[in-house]
Amino acid sequence: MKLSPDKKLDVREVLKDLDSYRPRRKGWAWRKKIENNRIGPFVYKDTSESLIHSVPLPAATYFDNIDPQSDVVITTEIASGRFEDDLRRMRMAAWHGADHIMVIRTIGQSHIDGLIEGTPEGVGGIPISRKQIRATRKALDAIEDEIGRPINFHSYVSGVAGPEIAVLFAEEGVNGAHQDPQYNVLYRNINMHRSFVDAAEAKKIMADAAILQLDGAHNANATAKQAWKVTPELFVQHAINTAYSNAAGMPNDLIALSTVPPTAPPAPKMHYDLPYAVALRELFAGYKFRAQQNTRYMESDTMETTITHVLDTLISRMTSADIQSTITPDEGRNIPWHYNNVAGVNTARQTLMGLDGLMEQVELKQDGPLREDVRVLKERAVLFLEEILNEGGYYTTVENGQFVDQGYFPERKGDGIVRDPQGGDCADTVISRKVDYGAPVCSHFGNNSYAQNNNKPCEAYGGCTLCDPSKIQYIDELDEQDNVEKRLEQPIADRVAGLIRPEVEKHGDSIACVTLFVPESPKVAEAAALEMAKRMNLRNPEVISRRVMHPAEGSVFEIKGILDVAVNVEILQIPAMEALLSDEAIEAWVRPRDIHIVAATVGEDEHSVGLHEILDIKHGGIEKYGFHCHNLGTSVAIERLLDVAEETNARAILISTIVTHADVHKQHMLHLHESAKQRGMRERLVLVAGGAQVTEQLARQCGLDAGFGHGTTGRDVGSFLVRILREKWPG
Amino acid sequence: MGCAERPDDFEKRRGKLKDMSDEELHQYFWQLVEKIVKPLIEEARTHTTPSIERSILLRMGFSSIEAKQLVEKMLQRNLLGHGAGRLVFELAKAKQLSIREAGTALLSGNYWEELPV
Repeated sequence: MKLSPDKKLDVREVLKDLDSYRPRRKGWAWRKKIENNRIGPFVYKDTSESLIHSVPLPAATYFDNIDPQSDVVITTEIASGRFEDDLRRMRMAAWHGADHIMVIRTIGQSHIDGLIEGTPEGVGGIPISRKQIRATRKALDAIEDEIGRPINFHSYVSGVAGPEIAVLFAEEGVNGAHQDPQYNVLYRNINMHRSFVDAAEAKKIMADAAILQLDGAHNANATAKQAWKVTPELFVQHAINTAYSNAAGMPNDLIALSTVPPTAPPAPKMHYDLPYAVALRELFAGYKFRAQQNTRYMESDTMETTITHVLDTLISRMTSADIQSTITPDEGRNIPWHYNNVAGVNTARQTLMGLDGLMEQVELKQDGPLREDVRVLKERAVLFLEEILNEGGYYTTVENGQFVDQGYFPERKGDGIVRDPQGGDCADTVISRKVDYGAPVCSHFGNNSYAQNNNKPCEAYGGCTLCDPSKIQYIDELDEQDNVEKRLEQPIADRVAGLIRPEVEKHGDSIACVTLFVPESPKVAEAAALEMAKRMNLRNPEVISRRVMHPAEGSVFEIKGILDVAVNVEILQIPAMEALLSDEAIEAWVRPRDIHIVAATVGEDEHSVGLHEILDIKHGGIEKYGFHCHNLGTSVAIERLLDVAEETNARAILISTIVTHADVHKQHMLHLHESAKQRGMRERLVLVAGGAQVTEQLARQCGLDAGFGHGTTGRDVGSFLVRILREKWPG
Repeated sequence: MGCAERPDDFEKRRGKLKDMSDEELHQYFWQLVEKIVKPLIEEARTHTTPSIERSILLRMGFSSIEAKQLVEKMLQRNLLGHGAGRLVFELAKAKQLSIREAGTALLSGNYWEELPV
């Protein structure tokens, strides 16, 4: 399967011949760091190989459209409920720099004692089944070819079917997974004996398939009311899972600690989060670190969340991280929207690029409060471990409610999570192995009568599925109604009919979001905002974010609703893109003709960069074609431009108008056209405007010949000028 | 209800830790962790669960549906302690059947009395 950047991903193609699809590689892939990497005008210290296809950061337009990629793997978490929609979201995220795609499971899968088959729809995630992950892996294989970088596919080996899911992941080429029995015990109330016994088998299977493991310790600070106080316990949880994984046969480089900076502003974040991050990396030297962003204090304001995430990523750069995970900034208000996955990825990408080389310039102080706090955290963690042993071990300690207590250990508040070692889901399901116990398969942990010699335990019958994948039993669908084929009927019909609807989660959801500022007190403003949304034909409008600007002066709201509009592609008037003339063709026409052009940034506007980009030879501007350019500078009056045009007998005037306050950019364009007319110069002159908010349509409405917006190059303008001048003065 | 409330008596408790070097503290940290994990991993070495047994049957080439039914039947007969995979494998050897033939025969209700236990 091969993707083309100008074509949508065809889910039917993904589903074709899935019964025989095999993953082409197994195991985790890190980015390849390149020292002193020259990209565009810069030399980077902390980057990896660039992509074949990507969407660069917006400001890249000022730097030759470069898109440097950090040396850190970037994660996005995907949870739409329909894997076929997830695939498109993954493709978009990959183009923005994500190479770790973490697929959230549907609510309740942890408690399903066995595997799910087929493609039922999920809630808050997808039901992980063989068909869903095989289809996803196949699509990701095609996406990684399109962008030119391996993509790690990740989900969860937790719940009561951990060993089976681990086998499934090993067989199907899943590259990373959460596995931590403490998560089962504390947050899912799954029996602790069952959780730990299952975990050893699951970890052994993952280790042999080179699946990177993430632990679950970060959930403690997502749960505790005062997350920064559970930090001593986090070391303990990380350590128990790490040591248990090692004991089950997992090498250090497949063990990643999932760590979250525990506070967010207005808390003094660095004061608490930096010592924790440093202590963790010192105690767990040699293991991998997956830095997650903080969700504990997330409200509905996506800007606030984004700023916290930038600070989280700063901590990652100052203390090291192998994987920078991201959270969609809208997680505090709805099921994450796909373009917010991209926003989250870009928060990490932009921050990491901005911090490139930071640690060559600064270092963390080796004396003073940072070191003291680091030491205190470590000692508190050691005291926690001592208490576990004094109380009779891990199970007893959990029974006593020692975990996720929000006291700063050794302080205790008495509000920890209590679990009964003999209780919970799947209690009494752990069975003692008899003396003759055997498991004739690879990647099995513990006593096994078939593992007495050096031969593979599965050799006697020709190999297990891990050695001979042709033995894997593929089940397609079990439910005639709840499956991907049924769900695809509508999108395929829409596409055939040429219908386009807005979407944020799933195909055809028609959800739209509007921002409204209403100059009233909060309650009045909110009622008014909802009424306005209704009048905009938004069905079921709902306020998803509200922020008071002033209790009397007004509030700003984001409102989502259903925009029940399907636009037919056939009625759309799409401006035809005229092919640009080549540099040679432009120059061949311009140079012999002695053409003068007058240009300036107009009004009270001191922005000069945009115009330089278009005019100056050193920026690839139109001077290089032989135009005689008279750049009058910034804050120039329209009349002055016309004066100089008259003096130089110019053929064109180029104005740059960046400031848009009170629509002043429109006023300038109108003024230029009107004044030229009054002075009898309009016919002779080609009038062009440029600026961030200028469009072709707007410029023409204001009477000009052309308008150029963001991302315009000298060649765009040169090509346009030659075409129009050729028309006006043929020959 | 969790453990009893307790004030932050860290300064009193840190006693002997205070004088350790960072390296000694790290070593002590990991020694304690090893001690905590030891009985847990020992239980895993010597015990099994329905999920582990189903995962073994998956690896032997059974579907998730077949694995679930086989393990349920073995659990009812109190046979899982021998290992679901072992029961199927030894039956296949004794009856000169393929692994899948042995498993599907059991699912059809055959050979249960002849399992090598």
